[in-house]
This record gives sequence, structure tokens and C-alpha cells, in this order.
Amino acid sequence: MSLLEIKNLHVEVEDKKILNGLTLTIEKGQVAAIMGPNGSGKSTLSYVLAGKDAYNITEGDILLDGESILELAPDERAAKGIFLAFQYPVEVPGVATMTFLRTALNAQRKLRGEPEFSTPDFIKMVRETSAKLGVSQEHLRRAVNVGFSGGEKKRNEILQMAILQPRLAILDETDSGLDIDALKTVSEGVNRLRSPERSMIVITHYQRLLNYIVPDVVHVMSKGRVVKSGGKELALELEAKGYAQYADEAA
Amino acid sequence: MPAVQETVDRVRQIDVDQYKYGFVTDVESEKAPIGLSEDTVRYISAKKNEPAWMLEWRLEAFRRWLTMREPTWARVDYPKIDYQNAYYYSAPKKKPQLSSLDEVDPQILETYKKLGIPLREQEMLAGVVRKDADGNVLPERRVAVDAVFDSVSVATTFKEELKRAGVIFMPMSEAIQQHPELVRKYLGSVVPTTDNFFATLNSAVFSDGSFVYVPPGVRCPMELSTYFRINEANTGQFERTLIVADKGAYVSYLEGCTAPMRDENQLHAAVVELVTHDDAEIKYSTVQNWYPGDADGKGGIFNFVTKRGDCRGKNSKISWTQVETGSAITWKYPSCILRGDGSRGEFYSIAISNGRQQVDSGTKMIHLGKNTTSRIISKGISAGQSNNTYRGLVTAHRKATGARNFTNCDSLLIGDQCGAHTVPYIEAKNSSAVFEHEASTSKISEDMLFYCRSRGMSAEEATALVVNGFVKDVLQQLPMEFAVEAQKLISISLEGSVG
Repeated sequence: MSLLEIKNLHVEVEDKKILNGLTLTIEKGQVAAIMGPNGSGKSTLSYVLAGKDAYNITEGDILLDGESILELAPDERAAKGIFLAFQYPVEVPGVATMTFLRTALNAQRKLRGEPEFSTPDFIKMVRETSAKLGVSQEHLRRAVNVGFSGGEKKRNEILQMAILQPRLAILDETDSGLDIDALKTVSEGVNRLRSPERSMIVITHYQRLLNYIVPDVVHVMSKGRVVKSGGKELALELEAKGYAQYADEAA
Repeated sequence: MPAVQETVDRVRQIDVDQYKYGFVTDVESEKAPIGLSEDTVRYISAKKNEPAWMLEWRLEAFRRWLTMREPTWARVDYPKIDYQNAYYYSAPKKKPQLSSLDEVDPQILETYKKLGIPLREQEMLAGVVRKDADGNVLPERRVAVDAVFDSVSVATTFKEELKRAGVIFMPMSEAIQQHPELVRKYLGSVVPTTDNFFATLNSAVFSDGSFVYVPPGVRCPMELSTYFRINEANTGQFERTLIVADKGAYVSYLEGCTAPMRDENQLHAAVVELVTHDDAEIKYSTVQNWYPGDADGKGGIFNFVTKRGDCRGKNSKISWTQVETGSAITWKYPSCILRGDGSRGEFYSIAISNGRQQVDSGTKMIHLGKNTTSRIISKGISAGQSNNTYRGLVTAHRKATGARNFTNCDSLLIGDQCGAHTVPYIEAKNSSAVFEHEASTSKISEDMLFYCRSRGMSAEEATALVVNGFVKDVLQQLPMEFAVEAQKLISISLEGSVG
């Protein structure tokens, strides 16, 4: 069974149609890139998968392990293993990153009926994980994303992903706002988390990121649906020819 | 946006009936006749077997009170209080002199146990391992407790041990008998009987409260605490607390309070006076959890409290920390008079309102001495249909050269049916004074909640996390165990405030 099946998904925001019959399947362990021009609905797709309010699903379904998740709250989806690395990570003033991580992980474990982590075990696990990602102890004490540089914010998203160990990670324009060094560090973090047990949807505008995170498949989105799918070479072709050629196909 | 609308609807139907301490203890009580007159004042004074000077003091206050009018300047709205339709004294029927806990009504002991305040010293010592928010084991710490039930103190713990250190910690009624010279010297010296309508009323009819005296150079060996419980229906609680730290002394004092859920409003009009002499310090922390009333605003405590500290000596310090979650109406401005040169006043406050609660609270920092400093950190959180006002005054006298104040007032709104207001008054009569004021109002954004929820937290967990982050600066000022309690209380107070 495929991990994720999106079937003929139609989504509106404030009466404006954003997704227009999108169909997409993600296999277990697969890394799929989703590319497309601005306004093609990429970010909407990521929010709808994570369960954000304010999106009105008028038609279609999203199946995880063959079961619909449309009725599930964001936290229930998280507990089932869906993780969204935000394009613009949100600041949470006064809440230490360490506290945030522990609250999130224990909340998920509670929902899954698993025992909570003991504090010493948790701290040990976070220290090991953050060391691997090159995240400092000082970073863990700072309030979530407050005063972080663009690179630090993105690295913080990857740290959360490493701690929460999702089965489906959606990376929404993780490359935006990163210089080349930060891009490399973040990509290394992502690659370290690749596993046959974990699927990823890598949403990006540019082919550049895919030099570092090499996808198994590439899907092209335009006007709210997938208009072309192919191997990683499709990304190079897009880089050369641009998105204009797909504008008509989606219409 | 249908989903957002749903959130808003749920906030509207907010359920605030989360109050855990709303039970009533069934004890027989002895009450003064209903209503308020000179006879009531005489009755209370006679019950306490008070000396003539004390009765005179009360009567003078009462006569003064008759000429005063209830203040109306606060941003609170409540039905007119009928002062003649309430009881001003209620005591559990038992022997008036309690020599040991065995004579305390078991029902009352049980009440305090239920509230999490054990009154038996051995129970307090029974090796319960306490942990902080991060699960670290805390060092064993003892707290001496004075338990005030309606109008009287029912038990005071660790009295003997404190006595050995020279610290006097006892109910006010006992202090009037045993240490009249100290009481006469300090009572009313910070909040005079003429101060304001509610303080004057308190001066006339106060029944009990705590008295603390820490002698020169003594650091009080443990935290002191008073736990107030209103039990009787239709009864006001008027307690009077007086804490004096003599030269170079230090004491940390905690105050807690709860009341049963009742349909009618109950009046609580307390007076707290603090005095610090040269180089002394008092740290006063409150977790106020009076019954806030039900979702429709029915019932709840009217909390009209006058709290003031006098930094009488040079380089002395008074610090107020308050976590306000209860009461239907809160009218409370813990203040500092910075009289001694180089003295310092601090005010840290978290005020949470939910349902139909109304809070008008803040502080006054009155700089009289040279090089006096003060700091105000106030965090107001409004949810439901509540209103939350910060009202503060910072003033520098002509002679207060080098006075400095820093004020930070932040308000957080949850939902769109509540209000936050900030009313700061700043007066500098001295050109060398430096006053800084920062203020902000923010709303818990849908984005912030979604970010937390996408990581696995429920709506409640996410709100609690965000709110705890918001109030962190103040929580850090509370004694550790208290901070953990306060954190829990904040989550409970906000339960049901988000969809």
C-alpha cells in the first residue's frame, strides 16, 4: 500500500479555488520533489496535508495508510507521523526550544498511547541529535525561532523533524532564504534522515536544492494540479526551460 | 473561513466551570449578627478579647468609613454591594484557644488537606520528592503555614522553630495580645485607617490575618505562608496582614486563597502592610485563586484589596509577585513607598481573566528617597468575555534625585470578545529621574497555535505553552514550587478558552 494517496483534491480559500483536482501518490521511503511556479498551490498543499484551518476541501480525499485523514486535527495527524517543515517557521516567545521539543514529543506519544519520555532520557536524546545536526546547546535554551537567522530557523525545523521522527515529512521551500553554506548544512541534515521508513515531499521553486537532496521522483504542479511527473532529470529540464510550457496544459 | 469561525464560537460558549476548590466544608460556625454597625465592631473586638486601644482604633475607622463613598474610578462594573446584608464575622465553633492541632476540627484539617495544604508538620516533612517543570528533584524545603478559615486563624505551623530564630509568626489576633507594642507601632503605619473606602472598612472589622516580625540581622529560616479560605455563605473576609523586617532582615512570604462556588457574590477586603528597615528585604508572593463565578458571571468573589509596602530604611527592598487567576472582580494595587535612600521596589504580575471576570490591577511606585529604583513587569491575559486593566502610577518626589523606574506591560488577548487596557500614570517632579515605559498588546495568532498543533500538541497544550512563554519573566520571580503550581493554575484557568 502507498503511504499517501491524494485523490482528486479540490481546495478553496475564501472562495478562491487553489487546488483543482490534484492527484498524487507517495510511496513508502520515497523522496518526491514538487516543483512549480508561484501560485501553483504548493504551499496550500503542504498546509492542507498538515491540517491547517481556513482551507475548505470541496472534493476529493487524502489517504494515509489507506485511511482518510480529512477529519483529523493537526495534532492527530502529527501523531500519525505527518510533519511539516514550515517555509516561515513561527516564533514562540519565552518558550525554550528544549521545552517546545519535549512538549511536542510527549504530546504525540500520549496520543499514540506510548509512555512519555523521562526527562534524563529525553535530554540525552536531544543532545545527541542536535550534536549530529550541528545545533548548539545554547540554541536549545533560546526561545523557539526568536531572533534566529534564516538558516537557524530552517535548521530548527530539521531538528524538530529529527526528534519527532515522522513517517511523512513535508519540506516547504526549505531552501528559501538560505545562503549556499546554510543550504548545504540543512540538506545534510535532511539526507541523514532519509530511510526506507520515511517518505518526504520536498517542495521547492528551484532545482538548486535538488542537487543536495536528490529526489526519487519529481512532480510539476501548475494551477492546482500535478501536470507532469518524471525522474530527477525532470528538474534539470525545468531549470533549463522554465515553467511557462506547463501554463497551458493545466488550463 | 469556517474553521476559524468555529474557534470563535467555541470561545463564545466558554466554559469556565473548571474551579477545583469549589467545595463547602460543613462546620458549625459562630457568626456576628448580620449587618454592620458599631455593635458589630464591638462584637468582633470582644470576641477577640481585645485591649481598649484596639477597639478605639476600630471604632474610629468605622466612624470614618460612614463618611466615605465607594470608589468608582476602576474599570469594573458590579451590582451595588449591600453592606448591611452580610456577615462580618464567622468562626468555626470550637475552643477559641487552640493549643495543638488535635483541637482543630477534623473537617477543617481535611479541608486544607484537600486544598493541598497539610497542616500537620510531620505530613509536611513526610518525604515527598518534589520536582520542578523539567523534572529535576528540588531540595527539601519547608514552609510554615498560617491557615485562616473565614474570620479566624485555625492553625499556625512551625511556630516553635521560628521562635528559636527570633521570628514572630502568628495570627494577628494573638499578636495583639502578645506583642501589643509591635502591633501598635506598625499597624496602620503604611495603610492608615483613613486610606480608602475598603481599607477603612477593613480597619473597622478585620478579624484575623498574619503577623510577622523578623528581628535585626535575621534571615527567616523558612518560607512563611498564609492560606486564606472563605467557607461560610454570605460572609465577607477581612484579613489584615502585617510584616515587619527589621534592619538587615530577610523574609519570603507566600499567600494563597480559595473559596467555595456560590451563586451570590462574596466580599473580600484585605489589607496588607509591609515595612522594611535599613538593608532589609521582604519578598511577598500571591497566588490568588478565589472563585471567579460561573460562565454567565454569576457568583464569585469581589476582591477589593489594599496592599502596600514601605521601604522605610535605606537600601531596603520590597518585591511583590502576584499570579491573579480568580475573583469575579479584582481591585488591587500592591504598591511600594520608596522612602529610604537607595531602596528598591519590584512588582511582577500575571493577571489572567476568563469568562466574565473583571480585573483592574497594577501598582504604585512612589519614589521619595534619593537613588531609589523600581521595576514593574505586568502580564495581562484576557480570554472569554473578560476585561483586564493594568493601572499603574510611577512618581518621583522633588527630593528623589536619581530615581529610576522601568515598566513593561504586556497584554495578550485570546479570542475577540475580551478586552485589555493599560492606564499608566507617570509623574516626575525631579529632573534627574529616569522612567522607562514599554507596553505591548498581542493576540495569540492562529499561526502560532497551528505551528504548535502541527507538532502534536492539542489546542489546550498549545495555548498553555504559548501563555507560559508569555508570562515566563514573572514566573521566574516566584519561589520554585510556587512557580510550578502557578503554571498549572494558568492552564486550568484557560481551559476551554480555545477551540
